[in-house]
Formats: sequence, structure tokens, C-alpha cells
Amino acid sequence: MVSNVLSIKDLRVSVGDKEILKGVTITVKSGEIHALMGPNGTGKSTLAHTVVGSLRYKVNSGELFINDVNLKDLQVYERARAGLFVAFQEPVSVQGLRFINYLRTAYSSLHPEEKLEYKKFVEEVKELLTYFGLDGSFIERGLNDGLSGGEKKRMEALQMLILKPKFIILDEIDSGLDVDALRVVSKAIARAKENGAGIIIITHYQRILDYIKPDFVHVLINGKIAESGKGDLAKLIEERGYEYYKGSEADAKVE
Amino acid sequence: MQRLNESDIEEVKKLNEIRYDFTTNVKPAYQAQRGLSRSVVEEMSREKKEPEWMKNIRLKALDIFLSKPVPTWGPDLSELNFDDLTYYIRPEDRKANNWDEVPKEIKDTFDKLGVPEMEKKYLAGSVAQLQSEGVYSRLKKQWEDKGVVFMDMDSAVKTHPDIVREHFGKVVPPSDNKFAALNTAVWSGGSFLYVPSGVHLDLPVQAYFRMNGALEGQFERTLIIAEPDASVHYIEGCTAPTYSQYSLHAAIVEVYVKNRGKVRYTSVQNWSDNIINGPTKRSWVEEGGRMEWVQGSLGSKITMTYPSSILRGQYASTSNLNVALGIGPVWKDNGAKVVHAAPNTSSKVVAKSISGKGGMSVYRGQLRINPGAYNSKASVQCDALILDDISKSNTYPHNEILEESASFSHEASVGKISEDQVDYLMSRGIREEDARSLIVLGFLDDVLKEIPLEYSIEFNKLVKLEMNKYGAVG
Repeated sequence: MVSNVLSIKDLRVSVGDKEILKGVTITVKSGEIHALMGPNGTGKSTLAHTVVGSLRYKVNSGELFINDVNLKDLQVYERARAGLFVAFQEPVSVQGLRFINYLRTAYSSLHPEEKLEYKKFVEEVKELLTYFGLDGSFIERGLNDGLSGGEKKRMEALQMLILKPKFIILDEIDSGLDVDALRVVSKAIARAKENGAGIIIITHYQRILDYIKPDFVHVLINGKIAESGKGDLAKLIEERGYEYYKGSEADAKVE
Repeated sequence: MQRLNESDIEEVKKLNEIRYDFTTNVKPAYQAQRGLSRSVVEEMSREKKEPEWMKNIRLKALDIFLSKPVPTWGPDLSELNFDDLTYYIRPEDRKANNWDEVPKEIKDTFDKLGVPEMEKKYLAGSVAQLQSEGVYSRLKKQWEDKGVVFMDMDSAVKTHPDIVREHFGKVVPPSDNKFAALNTAVWSGGSFLYVPSGVHLDLPVQAYFRMNGALEGQFERTLIIAEPDASVHYIEGCTAPTYSQYSLHAAIVEVYVKNRGKVRYTSVQNWSDNIINGPTKRSWVEEGGRMEWVQGSLGSKITMTYPSSILRGQYASTSNLNVALGIGPVWKDNGAKVVHAAPNTSSKVVAKSISGKGGMSVYRGQLRINPGAYNSKASVQCDALILDDISKSNTYPHNEILEESASFSHEASVGKISEDQVDYLMSRGIREEDARSLIVLGFLDDVLKEIPLEYSIEFNKLVKLEMNKYGAVG
């Protein structure tokens, strides 16, 4: 398996005048699943948006690399082409932009070296729609247009598989999902891991981690990693609650 | 079909340069003197060897034209000087119905535009016009055998004088507006399409209008007649090369849809930026008939077009789908007009406009449901997308619902591309310009999906080109 590294090092990020991330370090390798946990408003989504390259998020200092490619030098689309995929908490919809056309454009942009066989591609997408329990008609529907919250999340998971990224950040993919959907999304994450992707699951709750075992867990409190550990840390967090970290100024203990 | 990436932009640029922006070097067989006068019209009619009645129609229309002021309620037309224009240019004396008989330079022109190829692939018939006259027309034999007539309008005046005389100028009288009067006085070329009772053309027919010079006027005249239970899809394509000086295109299209007949009129206009375009298009729809207008308007400096349907018989219906791009220093004044003049008639208008880089897009519509048009239904939807802060969009809907049992809905929206949408698409590897184009094409999809596939692929590329022409939009 090819080994790639996503390295987030001592990242400090502001939105407006306010510093949200105050030095975050996480290193993800191919085939690893990391869970980034924490209460609301501690900067979990900020991390996702910063890595993706949204201009609203200002990087004050720190490093952001995929292998030796400095993401900070790259525009949003170039970061994606470097192998990054972020599934958003609230995916936007684009009326009239047919899903299959969008997806094909995205795929060709991400994998210019491959000659895309359209028919095969469509078949693959259809299979995945079935896999995720989504209606086949979604293929011709406007991107996320008129979809429920849960459907949008499953569509994000579908894209995560088909676009074959090196690294995946899932921003609260579990929110708004019922048990069945949660199960299939978790299965998809396992599949992405098998395909060699490195994955960060951002979540508030332990729930999704019952279905998919992370290799590492990080707790983000007030813009800092309060604790990092192996997968079993998640259980401990559930028992202790986030209150445990209240007032903690603990430095990151990175594995 | 939306396949858009960087190589497409290059391809489209090439396509546009090669396929549209070139001139045909022909020495005209005849050219009227510049400017407009009674003698120009008389000489033109003589040159065309027209019957007296047509000459009289022209001269009467000329008087009306001279008596009418230039419209001031829309875009600024002050640049337009009617004395500057050449009203009649006949590129070639012979009209061919076989591409091999078309003079080489002219055939090359239409080859570059892809016309013979389109004809071979998916058309039942084709008319090609350069400057003022049809140079080629052909209808497949199987349709000729069924009595369908498709030819350039000048020929039709000679070969089918009774049908022409009965219908000419009835739907659009010269008194309708200044451009309609002008067209009636100096009309030349255009197409004549006659579909006999019960005949359904399963392939479209196409007319392609090509302008060639600066300060040139093109005034084609199209007459379409679908007899009872007949149906046809007519496609119109228009292009011109670019000049620093303007040219005027003022066509008239008259469509008769008789009982239970059906006509679809698809117009894909890709004028160069120096064209002032003011066609008058209107249909009469009789009992149970259906008229569908589909219009994609790209390019041109000024466009004023409001395809109309007059629903004269019970259960007549119409739809009017319109896409207009006003990007750059242009004014697009588009709209629709529907008159419900009989019970149980229905209409649907969908207009989508895009303004960018200082462009102005206007929706100007008129919808009238007459008293006594019981249970008629009408809907109007106009959506505008504005790409930046220096561009504008205006909506002037004029609705008169004079029948109580009628139902009517009107929706309008004005929006911008959301940066969240752009970010999202970029996060999936798509460049910013491409992301914006995809969003724009999505916005237009309701209408674009109604355009025949072969055209919509090209239309998609052209939208993309328009968006890139003035630098990255947004």
C-alpha cells in the first residue's frame, strides 16, 4: 500500500479577530482512521474548513502538508487535486447541476491522467447509490437539490468513495443520520480505509465510533488538543464526558 | 450534457474563432445602394422579379416605417442610423438544392458552420441564407412526397403565391412596430415551411442565417404553417462575424398553428457583439393547437425579442422558454407575450437571464387573459442571475387577467452565485471559473434541456466561452 502522510502541525487559525485553533497537531497516514472529538464550538469544523482552504479561515501559523506538498500554497481546487476530500457538515445544493455531470467533472479534474469511461462510471455511481440505499434517480437530479439532511450525508459518503482521495475529513457525517444510514456510512468509511485513504472523523458523539473503530482519538477543547490516544480513548471520553477537560490547558499528547 | 474542463475552454475558443468569426469573400451579384428610400424598395422588388402585390405591401410598409419613431422604452438605439445601412445584398444569383452546386466560397462558409453536416445527421430539411438571400434549400424527398414545403421565402412567393398571400403579414402586420414595418418593406430571404394536414415531421428542419459585413441589414421573413393535426420542429441558427461597426438584424417570424397542430420553434442565436437584433416573432394558435418557443440568446450588442402566442381557439396552449446571456457591454431585452383569447387555453413562460461584466438583462413580458377565456391557465416564471456588482437585471411583467375563472401565477427571482457553492465545487477539484460555469448552466438547465442535444452541447460550450470572454466572471 502506498503510504501518504497528512500532516497538520501546530496550526493556529483565526476567523475575523478571533483565534479559534490555538496550535493543533495531527498526523494521519494512509489507512489510518482518526477521530477528532470535542464539544460544540471548540474548533472541530474550523479545522476541516482550514484544511480545505476556505478563505474565511486565516492561518496565522503552523504547517499543513500532504507528503511534501504544502497545502498552504494551494487554492481550494488544487488541494483537492493533491488528494484531499472534505465531506461537509452542511453540503450545499446547486439547482439544475445534475449530479452525474458534476461528479464526472470533479472526477476528471481530480484524475486527469485517467481516461474516464463514461458508461462504466455511471454504472459505478448507480451501484453506489444502491449501496447507500439512495434512489437511482438521484444521478440526474440537481446536486443535493431537495435532498433531506440524511440523504445529503450519504451522497457525501458516496463521493468520498468514487473520487478516490488520499485523505478524507468527515465533518460530523453522523449528525442527522438514522441507525441504518449510520451503519452504511460506517461501512463506507471502512471501505475507504481499505482503499488506502487516511481519514479524520470529526464528531461530537461516540455513536458513530460504535460502528467504525478509530485507530486514534483526539480530543479538541478550546482550540487545542487536550488529549490524544488510541482508539479505546473514545470509550473513556464517553464515560468521563467532556467536562473532564474543563479548565484543562493540557498540551497535545500526540501519538 | 455538461462536460467542461480547461481543455474545453481552449477548444471552445478555437471553435468560436474558426466557426463563427470569419468573413466570406464574395462579390455580391447585386447590392442595393446604401440607405432607404422608395426607389431602393422599388428596385429591390424589381430585382427580385416579384409580383405587384408584394411590391405594394413593401411600399405601404415603408410609409409606416417612416412615420413611426424609434422605440425609446427599451435599450438605447441612438447609434442606429437607418441611412448608414445597406438593405439588400444578394450574394449569388442561383439558388441550389444540392451543396455541390453552391459556389465554393459560400459552401466553405456553411461547412465551417457545420450546416451540411447537421443536415446529414439529423435534419429533415435545411435552408441556408447568406446576407439577404437563401443560397441553398433542401427537403428530404419522403417529406416532399407528403406535400411538405420547405424553401427560402423568396422562392415561395413565386411557387406558392396563394398560400403566401393569404398568410403574409396577418400575424405580424407592418403597423406592429417600427422594426416590423422595416422588415415588411425590405424583407428578403427567410424560410417558408408548410406542413399539410396530419403530417408529422419526426426530424427537425433548420434554417441557418449568416450575416457577413458591417453596416449590413438582414431582414429575413419566415412563415410557418402547420395545417390541422400537423406537427413540426423548426430550428433557427444565427451567427455573424465581428466588426467594430454595428449591423442590424430585424426578422419577422409568423407561425400559424391550426387545429390540433403543433409547432416547436427553437432558436439558437450566437450573434457577434456588433449586432443589433430586433426580430418580431408571433404565432396564432387555433383550437387544440400547441406552440412552443425555445430560445437561447447569446452574443449581440442589443437584443429585443418577445416571441408571442395568440391563443385563438379553445384548448390551445403555448410554452415559451427563454435563456438570455447579457455578459459584457450588452443589453438583452427579452420576454414573451401571450394572449388568451379563448376558453381553456393554457400558457407557461420560463425566462432565465444572466448578467455579468456590466451587462443588462431585462425580462419584459405581457400576459393577457381576455374576458370569456374561461378556465384558462397561465404561469410566468422569470429568474435572473447577476454575476457581479456592476451588472443589472430588470423585470417588467405586465399581466392583465380579465377573466375571473382563469388561474394565473407569477414567480420571479433575482440571485447571485453563492460563494459557498463555488467553494464546495472547488473543494472537489473544480477550478473557480469552471465552478461558476457549472452553477450558471445548472441555473439554465430547465431551459437547456429542451434544446436538442446537438445544440445544447454547443450551447453549453458557448455559455462557458461567454463567461470567460471578459476574464473570469465573478
